[in-house]
Amino acid sequence: MKYEVVIGLEVHAELSTKSKAFCSCSTTFGADPNTQCCPVCIGMPGVLPIMNKKALEYTIRAGLALNCSIAKHTKWDRKNYFYPDLPRACQISQYDMPVCQKGYLDIVADEKAKRIGINRIHLEEDAGKLLHDPYMDHTLVDLNRSGVPLIEIVTEPDLRSAEEAKVFLENLRTILQYIDVSDCKMQEGSLRCDVNVSVRPEGQEEFGERTEMKNLNSFRAVYRAIEYEASRQISILEEGGKILRETRRWDDGLGRSFAMRTKEQAQDYRYFPEPDLPPVEIDDEWVEMIRKDIPELPAQKQKRFVEEFGLPEYDAEILTTSIDLARFFEKCVEIYQNPKTVSNWLMGDFLRLVNERNIEISDVPVSPENLASLLRLIDSNVISGSIAKTVFEDMFDTGRDPETIVEQKGLKQISDKDELVQIIRKVIEDNPKSVEDYKKGKKKAMGFLVGQTMKATKGRANPQLVNTILLEELDK
Amino acid sequence: MEAYKLTVHEAADLIKKKRVTSYELTQAVLNRIEQVEQDVKAFITLTDSSALEEAQNTDALINQDENISDIAGIPFGLEDNICTAGIKTTCASKMLENFVPQYEAAVSGKLRESKGILLGKLNMDEFSLGVATETSYFHKSRNPWDINRDIGSFCGGAAASVAADEVFYSLAADTGGSLRRSAALCGVVGLKPSYGMVSRYGVILSASSLAQVGVIAKDVRDCAIILKAISGHDVRDPMTVQTNFNDGMTADEPGIKGMRIGIPREYLDSYMDEHVAEAVRNALKVFEDLGATIEEISLPGVVYAPAAYSIILSAEASSNLGRYDGIKFGYKAEGLQDLDEMYKKSRSQGFGDQVKLRIMLGNHVLSADNYERYYLKALKTRTIIKQEFEKAFEKYDIIISPTCAATGSKSNQNDDESLNAFLTDIYTAPASVIGLPAMSIPCGFDNNGFPIGIQLIGRSFEEGTLLKAALGFEQNTDYHIKRPVINWR
Repeated sequence: MKYEVVIGLEVHAELSTKSKAFCSCSTTFGADPNTQCCPVCIGMPGVLPIMNKKALEYTIRAGLALNCSIAKHTKWDRKNYFYPDLPRACQISQYDMPVCQKGYLDIVADEKAKRIGINRIHLEEDAGKLLHDPYMDHTLVDLNRSGVPLIEIVTEPDLRSAEEAKVFLENLRTILQYIDVSDCKMQEGSLRCDVNVSVRPEGQEEFGERTEMKNLNSFRAVYRAIEYEASRQISILEEGGKILRETRRWDDGLGRSFAMRTKEQAQDYRYFPEPDLPPVEIDDEWVEMIRKDIPELPAQKQKRFVEEFGLPEYDAEILTTSIDLARFFEKCVEIYQNPKTVSNWLMGDFLRLVNERNIEISDVPVSPENLASLLRLIDSNVISGSIAKTVFEDMFDTGRDPETIVEQKGLKQISDKDELVQIIRKVIEDNPKSVEDYKKGKKKAMGFLVGQTMKATKGRANPQLVNTILLEELDK
Repeated sequence: MEAYKLTVHEAADLIKKKRVTSYELTQAVLNRIEQVEQDVKAFITLTDSSALEEAQNTDALINQDENISDIAGIPFGLEDNICTAGIKTTCASKMLENFVPQYEAAVSGKLRESKGILLGKLNMDEFSLGVATETSYFHKSRNPWDINRDIGSFCGGAAASVAADEVFYSLAADTGGSLRRSAALCGVVGLKPSYGMVSRYGVILSASSLAQVGVIAKDVRDCAIILKAISGHDVRDPMTVQTNFNDGMTADEPGIKGMRIGIPREYLDSYMDEHVAEAVRNALKVFEDLGATIEEISLPGVVYAPAAYSIILSAEASSNLGRYDGIKFGYKAEGLQDLDEMYKKSRSQGFGDQVKLRIMLGNHVLSADNYERYYLKALKTRTIIKQEFEKAFEKYDIIISPTCAATGSKSNQNDDESLNAFLTDIYTAPASVIGLPAMSIPCGFDNNGFPIGIQLIGRSFEEGTLLKAALGFEQNTDYHIKRPVINWR
């Protein structure tokens, strides 16, 4: 029997507001433990939460970018449970009146365009973090993250493959970064994802029983976990078994998931309206102001890159997957007028090094101005294209400007005809066999001789000039 | 007359005229405390030495500055759930036995900035959960009117200290009528302001949506002075409103003439002690004689208010008390094996029975299976009660009821105190459930000479109307003047 996989996602994104959701503590990542706390976010008795309007604004912005309708009235609810990283033993969240509802995100996966429904987006506060002290066999609590605003984005069960889920997440991350509400760094935990998976025989209307998977720390883990879970469920069904509604923990190292708790063991969070915060009225004017403030989104930008800069679709798509990359491109083409050349460099060496060095695009020390300078050095024959690659790598690692590198390393192209004639005559002299081959009509031999010339000049010879001189000398 | 017997306005007057100093006032009440506190047991923590020091400093200020506040130099007490920076704040619980907050509650901050003199922290039921200051981890507080009788309600310390002239006034939280009830039983004035009138910042409340900080004072005028001092918008409490206390009402301006007063049939029909009934009848007569019209009205929802109140209180308390887990502050059990045990033992040993009962009830009414049956129904009841009162207030200026169904008199010794409390909830819970201002003023005595209180309920943020009516009543009666004689030994 053929099965269809049905996937829904719950994505948590930490908002990049300066202060926490219900107090004025800083949200900066990486500070010393418990240095960004106050009586409110560490749950001291008697103090009261105060809503951060910016966090609500960011939530609305995310909702608008994901085509949601924005609630006119919304409220806060308490989710009650005990855990050491939750200092009040309750989390301020939203239960039945989320800020945003009924949106969608269009994706293209497996070459098919598809609309994925967004069920809701709500705002809540994050919990702290537990640190395990290896020396003392103690667990310590760091409450710096406690109270950081978090949005939970819940999709409809519209995804049908691991690939679709991965593409959706990539697109979602891009949008959240574009609208500047979250930096979406999975390794810092500012983007987290739970996955609901079920399978059903193809053609069947109703959904199969679903499981929820937690602890997915990368898009790759999401992809693998879905593949694993789908095949696990299918083999259970094929063997005549039943899927249990349960929560499972993904172990990325083992490539397997493990049951955490069943539906019966699920915690009763005893949600009820937060009595310390008044309900919120969201007026249309404010929503419209936020809407006007939303920048060009990836899909629009992609379209514009094709129309305005004449880029191929493929280039436009790659360049717009990251707001930082797109911004880099836009700045660079402002001062260097050949968009396709800039695009080639960004998609080529730039992204290759980003991957190899495993760093964020925003952390690359090369400025658009420096890339433009490098390209001008090529255009004006100061350096060759292949030397430029070496220079660029240096720029990428050190942040130095290309002129300095070329100067210091003596990488200037040799365009002096007399000098090159001397070198080429030596090459011809040293390679009589190839010269003979050439004269017999073997075109390959020409390439070899060019290569030898480049080798002799450590790649600095002006390639066009080398070609011309070689032909002249060989035809003598 | 001994200085400790003065009211706030009398004391303020004498201070302004330089006929008494803050130091003398403070010394007078400290002497009084020395005399009677061993019987009354109103305090958990006394701040006597810092009080004398503050009094001296305030005297120095008073000598320099003519424009000193109405409450400068006058000693007061705070219920022990009102956080005082650097001073132990226990909520009368073992859980917070050694808790010293780093922050100051908004109300206590205001009083201390106005140079009020803090005398100490007053006894209460553990986390405001109980009926008769019987659940305090430390000790019970006694009604100054009779050593043999426990105070009928959990604001015990705050009302007892005022009635015993140990402080000139006190602040306490009123969750479902505790403040009004104990004021009535102790023969003093108690005012619970509208929800949102006074900042709750820094006050450890079990029920966030019900409780409000209020005033216990010796007379209505004092009540007005203190309310003015503590009310107003506070950015740290998002529930406070921008409206400030309207001081259109002053002590010279009583106003009952032309006032329309409603008395709910449901209250007349419910059980009340015969002396209470008589005192209320007499009080209504006084209002009528002063030019008010009194009519019987119907508020069918009030009979459901105690149940709604109890459900909301339990639900909110179960959640608000979750933070006491032994991890960061408060009581932590010893000899723990793991996290689960830390939670279980710390909470089992740190909380008293009444608190545990409320937590269990709260978890029950909020559980997924019961939410609609109890909690949601309580919220709906709240809405209905609110609508009924709003409708009544279209026609009437205030609504009157007894404050308690019975007095704290020995003659009622056989009554179950919690039954009395439940019967009283029908009078006091509605104003708490829907956030209306309500006050209790003395309106008589039973055959054993125990005080009886009458409750006035007003429109939201119209404390002025309540105070006007109360002042008119007080000026034409003398129930508030009589003080208990404390010579039990």
